[in-house]
Amino acid sequence: MAELLIADEIVVEAPIEVVWRVVTNPELMTGWFADVVDLVIEPGARGRLRFGDQGGPVVVEEVEPPSRFTFRWNHPEGSEPLAGNSMLVAFTLAAEGPERTRVRVVESGHELTAWPDAEKQRYADEHREGWAEFLARLAGVVLP
Amino acid sequence: MTDVDEELWSAVGDVSRLRILDLLVENGEVTASWLSGQVPISRQAVVKHLATLEHVRLISRRKQGREVLCRIDDARLEQAAQAMAARAAGWNRRLRAIKRLAEAIHADEQRASERS
Repeated sequence: MAELLIADEIVVEAPIEVVWRVVTNPELMTGWFADVVDLVIEPGARGRLRFGDQGGPVVVEEVEPPSRFTFRWNHPEGSEPLAGNSMLVAFTLAAEGPERTRVRVVESGHELTAWPDAEKQRYADEHREGWAEFLARLAGVVLP
Repeated sequence: MTDVDEELWSAVGDVSRLRILDLLVENGEVTASWLSGQVPISRQAVVKHLATLEHVRLISRRKQGREVLCRIDDARLEQAAQAMAARAAGWNRRLRAIKRLAEAIHADEQRASERS
């Protein structure tokens, strides 16, 4: 199990096929994600995202229409994205009706290789809200 | 995404290190040996994690006799938490944009199919 950094979800009043298109069509991705999406949506594809004058490499991992899309980003330019040097973003779509879809996004870092499985599960269960909230709570920071 | 402190990210992006931070927040200044008794990993692994956390200044360590005492750097922890909260807020904003876009496209397509 990948360790959660950030987990969030939203319910969209639209069929899962429409939501899938919005999440994975590079042209539509510019409407919610990056200013420029130079990427082919297929497993193993390498591309770039641009945000204003900044940008970075992206590698697509899983594309399972209409329910799962994952990619890695935030790895150093020119290097292979691996579990140790990049962040994995996973979108999971679930139809809750003909015109209702739940979208969940999880951004995670390293794999929990050093922990026994039962401990991993217990800790992940305790922190299902994601490390952002957990760390904020530790530091006494109020989330927006 | 390139403006975040990458080292800080990878330092907090580990469940063992977060657990250690958790214990330090709760217990103030403690020894490395006490910490290793609280987590399901080896003492060597704990010492390695402490070095990583010290490298990004989330904790400080000092020697007392044969023991090493560690404590949280509160200001730095708050900075890390703020950076992560900003990242979480980014995903929340993107999800809301996906919702707006998908619902608008769906409404458009429904109107188009009603006309035909």
